[in-house]
Amino acid sequence: MVLVYINSTTGLSKAALETVTYGKKIGGDVTVVTNGSASSEQLAQLGQYGASKVLVDRSVDGEDPQQLTRLIAAVADQIGASSVIFSHDIYGKAVAPRLSVRMKAGLVAGAIAIPESDGSIKVNVFSGKAVGFVKVASDKQIISLLPNSIQPEQSGNSCSVEEISGHAGSSAIRVLETKKPEGNIPLPEAELVVSAGRGLKGPENWGMIEDLAQALGAATACSRPVADIGWRPHHEHVGQTGVAIRPNLYIAAGISGAIQHLAGVNGSKVIVVINTDKEAPFFKAADYGVIGDAFEVIPRLTEAVKRFKATQH
Amino acid sequence: MNILVCISKAPDTTSKIAFTNNNTQFDENGVQYIVNPYDEWYALVRALELKESIGGNVTIVTVGTTADEAIIRKALAIGADEAVRIDADPKDAYFVAMQIASFAKAKGFDLVMTGKETINYNGSQVGGMIAEAMDLPFISLATKLDASGTKLTLEREIVGGVQVVEVETPAVVSCAKGMAEQRIPNMRGIMAARTKPLTIIPAEEVADLSSYVSYNMPNAKSSVKMIDPSNMDELVALLHNEAKVI
Repeated sequence: MVLVYINSTTGLSKAALETVTYGKKIGGDVTVVTNGSASSEQLAQLGQYGASKVLVDRSVDGEDPQQLTRLIAAVADQIGASSVIFSHDIYGKAVAPRLSVRMKAGLVAGAIAIPESDGSIKVNVFSGKAVGFVKVASDKQIISLLPNSIQPEQSGNSCSVEEISGHAGSSAIRVLETKKPEGNIPLPEAELVVSAGRGLKGPENWGMIEDLAQALGAATACSRPVADIGWRPHHEHVGQTGVAIRPNLYIAAGISGAIQHLAGVNGSKVIVVINTDKEAPFFKAADYGVIGDAFEVIPRLTEAVKRFKATQH
Repeated sequence: MNILVCISKAPDTTSKIAFTNNNTQFDENGVQYIVNPYDEWYALVRALELKESIGGNVTIVTVGTTADEAIIRKALAIGADEAVRIDADPKDAYFVAMQIASFAKAKGFDLVMTGKETINYNGSQVGGMIAEAMDLPFISLATKLDASGTKLTLEREIVGGVQVVEVETPAVVSCAKGMAEQRIPNMRGIMAARTKPLTIIPAEEVADLSSYVSYNMPNAKSSVKMIDPSNMDELVALLHNEAKVI
């Protein structure tokens, strides 16, 4: 039996569909446990990705990892789960380690592929500079899946949704305020990312980055110095000390490519580097390079993307 | 406030990453170990700031061998009051967390702090595991932390934003960027560190729950394809037809 935890407070994220698909791929009957306010119709769609049943506790807001741990452990016990799958997002990072201790089940944190034939699972180590293969020694295992590591696959029909309650206990964490900028694609889930660094010379020049991102349907990101001097918000900072991402396409303008920046983006499938300095170390990690001034190249690229999009309809 | 800060060693960020013994072991040849930056810059420094503003005591703990005493002295030089080394060469986050939880349970710390992850294994596991083993609340990826009496007010990362939360001590907090600024130890701190108490305690018997069976370097990128800056239509065509990402 496989149990998948998803957070559905803001609907079904791509990361949620990926974890359900992952559960289906590792085999067996997949039960999903979730909390929050997504409608039963929405949750029933998880059946199309391989779930045979969804259990939802609407009394749990998901803000206290200890409550989620109690909820998931109770369900895992009830259905006799041998594997529990999370997304390696804020929930996976906060709840999966707790559950590992509670269930005495080994945790594979940040899995990037389905298990190998020997049962070991590939993860990034050394901040993405290498990969390791983790094997769990216990009968039960917990896996947190790095977002964008596999694609959601539709394989079945809608499934049943059942309301549950009474497992989670009370919350020890009181939320005073939530600050969330509206309408942006969450960076860790974005498939396309446009990023820029100090080469842009000032925050007033970010309009062209946003224009390109909008033309592509991409999220925006930035390098560490740019977040440190306050040109862009900290949650956009990708790199070793910021967010680690693995989009399909990462476009970097005016970023030299320090090793700490690369550590956050070298899981990207395709990297495009735009820089005036032909010696910029980032070109060594790039698939496509453009030596040129971002102020000329980016608007030109945006126009080219728009022309391309126009031919696609 | 009585604070425990968990520290781990990590290879210097500029270390060459290589593996030996048929790719089953990290090659430590020529590798310089440092205090894991998240543990040092954010958890330890914020703990010291709290002590400076409201009083208390800061203890650091690491699970490691005699080789790790250099990073312990570094943390003491930055300002921790005392150190504990649990004597083992750990292979698994669960092992580490169980050792620290077992030590901390008996000591009555108000606050246990960790970095958000180590920069070598990046698992983000130990803090949450300690919290569960001690049956305490856990606030992960905190970017701000203030204390008043038995109340902690924190800012933590959430998907696409931040959240301000409140929790009663005792609690476990994992610390991310924003929490504090790096402190460079001064000569007085370095001298004082030599005489600060370091207690070595034996590890308890705990079976690992997981292990790394092998490592690999990621596939090297084939050489970069340069595009004429005046021809962005070509780049878009390549991204569509060749790379198939748009």
